Amino acid sequence: MKIIYNFVIKEFLQFKRDRRMFMTVIIAPVIQLIFLGYAANMDIKVIHTVVFDQDRTETSRNFIRSFESSGYFNIDYYVDNYSDLTKLIDKGDALVGIVIPTDFEKKIGAHRTVQVQTIYDGSDGNKAAISAGYSMGIAASFSQDIANEYLQTAGIKKSLSGTIEPEVRVWYNPDLTTRVYMLPSIVGLIIMLVTTSLTSLAIVKEREIGTMEQLIVTPIKSYQIIAGKLVPFTILGFLSASIVISVMRFWFDIPIKGSVVFLFFSAFLFMLSTLGLGLFISTIAKTQVQAMITSAFAVIMPMIFLSGFAFPIENMPILIQYVTYLVPLRYFIVILRGIILKGIGLNELWPQVTALLIFGTSILLLSSLRFRKKLE
Amino acid sequence: MINRLYAIAIKEFRQIRRDPRTVIIIFFFPVLMLVLFGYAVNFDVDHIKLGVYDEDMSPLSREYIKSLESSGYFDIVTYIDNPKEINKLLDEKTVQCAVVFPNDLSEKFYANENVKIQYLIDGVNGNTATVIMNYVNAATRDLSSKYMTETLARSGLNSYQPIDLQPIFWFNPDLKTSEFMIPGLVASILITLSVVLTAVSIVREKELGTIEQINVSPVSAIELLLGKILPYTLLSLLVAALIIISGHFVFQVQIKGNIFLLFISVLLYLFASLNLGIFVSTIAESQQVAFQMGILISQLPSNLLSGFIFPIESMPKLVQYLTNITPAKFFLTILRAILIKGVGLEAFWDQLIYLFIFGLILLILASIRVRRQRI
Repeated sequence: MKIIYNFVIKEFLQFKRDRRMFMTVIIAPVIQLIFLGYAANMDIKVIHTVVFDQDRTETSRNFIRSFESSGYFNIDYYVDNYSDLTKLIDKGDALVGIVIPTDFEKKIGAHRTVQVQTIYDGSDGNKAAISAGYSMGIAASFSQDIANEYLQTAGIKKSLSGTIEPEVRVWYNPDLTTRVYMLPSIVGLIIMLVTTSLTSLAIVKEREIGTMEQLIVTPIKSYQIIAGKLVPFTILGFLSASIVISVMRFWFDIPIKGSVVFLFFSAFLFMLSTLGLGLFISTIAKTQVQAMITSAFAVIMPMIFLSGFAFPIENMPILIQYVTYLVPLRYFIVILRGIILKGIGLNELWPQVTALLIFGTSILLLSSLRFRKKLE
Repeated sequence: MINRLYAIAIKEFRQIRRDPRTVIIIFFFPVLMLVLFGYAVNFDVDHIKLGVYDEDMSPLSREYIKSLESSGYFDIVTYIDNPKEINKLLDEKTVQCAVVFPNDLSEKFYANENVKIQYLIDGVNGNTATVIMNYVNAATRDLSSKYMTETLARSGLNSYQPIDLQPIFWFNPDLKTSEFMIPGLVASILITLSVVLTAVSIVREKELGTIEQINVSPVSAIELLLGKILPYTLLSLLVAALIIISGHFVFQVQIKGNIFLLFISVLLYLFASLNLGIFVSTIAESQQVAFQMGILISQLPSNLLSGFIFPIESMPKLVQYLTNITPAKFFLTILRAILIKGVGLEAFWDQLIYLFIFGLILLILASIRVRRQRI
């Protein structure tokens, strides 16, 4: 115990000597969370639109106004030829182009169907589909108004049937703000980044600089080295975690509905996995550069893309879905969202907690087995 | 000057060559990850699991359900008999969306009242919920306009649909999101690789003490930096070619635009990213810190602030300005323009200039720092 304690002290002294280390562990995560917290927003509320109105009548202007008043479309450009419209969409300045034909008012007055072209920059399929949905809705209600007017002018007071409207209620996140949903996962991402990047160099560094030899000749056991490395990283990780969780709670004002103790307990379990993964890489890499590339590509990036953080796991092909079981952040995100947004606890979250526990202990065990006090 | 620069580059090359394991890792991981993530990154929402609670059991509700089914987006997984069950089904994620038809639906509808059909959607993923809402609205709209034209006809009027909105989707008519996401992955992989590779290039010399030897040699700061960047530029260019080719063969990403422009853009992007790494290298004192800073600078900003995952227009104004801290933002615009839209230089020349300025500023900052350290 005394030996491990001394080792921990040595590690801390090393940290203290490099102030920049504290910067990256404490200040950087806060700055990141604040920026990313504001950036993490998938809501499509501003759709840059260009209008090519060939009719230029009161009716066509009303039609355009109904797009504006929906709150989704910003009519940024009015053009008077087709090629200007093309240019704006090509350049990405406008996402939607509305082309109103010359006989718009005339046809509506004559109770005939008028065709209106809407052109979308389809390169972002998601955005295009959502904006197409909005514009179809607007056109449909405009149609409905015209038809009702038609009925009234024809002297029919009452229509034969009412209208159907969907009344949508969204659960867990009624305003559909992605921020509320994204922030807990960004907390997870940042904890992962800090802890993985800390440990992935821990062992290989000693090897590259040559201080490994000194460790080998000291009367200290392998597991004591591993423990001595892990304890300070866990403490730093916890510090980092508590800071980002506080920023989420107090800066972004997202209340933690569930138990805070349980939240920190699962953060600890999650850190076991990320520290373990880092340590494992550190024992297999021959140089620090190798360790860096391996942890960036084989640990950090999968945690971003395969954890369900932004891309829903149920949309992935089955084979990739199996791969996601190897990504600890996958479980931690479910836990974070569960505790923070839904206020649920161990009763519901035990499968994820167990998965993290198993993952963390086995990867730590594996890396201590791989770690030998010897020179290559 | 060229001679000394060349000598540094050759030295760096030899160091890389002496470590074949690292070279293998440098080529292997980016390709593997592109293929793996390429399958994972998409926002397509289909096969929405729908639960139906039909209290009305009328021809109207049945027709409505049919129109939902025929939209092709919904899979009816269960019919619910008890309203209390709805909560549980949503909690357990058995259904993503539940529809409730009140028992007076058709009665009210034919009595000329406006009726509401209630939907409960799992909103935990805001984007998915928005897409589901869109489908729900579309299905209802289609049915409504059908009834409207029927009403017009029954009143002896012209039965027609006043406005026929024709959507045309350019560049990507099937609205597949994967094609749009692959460029984001390419940008993210390349910046990570180049920042990590160069972030340690100066620090390693400091850590091992070999920087002293360079300091006493007649190599100037700019020669040292450019000599360091050159071999990594070639290496990263090869990796870039490799992942763009894999994107083409595995995910059918077409290169619709000009290949030469693509090459120039990749080169400028690498110039910016490598210099970002070099700059980190001049600040950090140990490889550990260089790595942490490199990861913090390259990973999250290139994925979250570049417009790859979250649309930049939806961010607050201040954060929109901040997105300029990552060169991935500019590169992504260019890459999407060349790969998906197939448009030419006139659509993105400004982005190329940004990339160049970005790289240049970092190079200047780095050489100022290197020169100062020597004194």
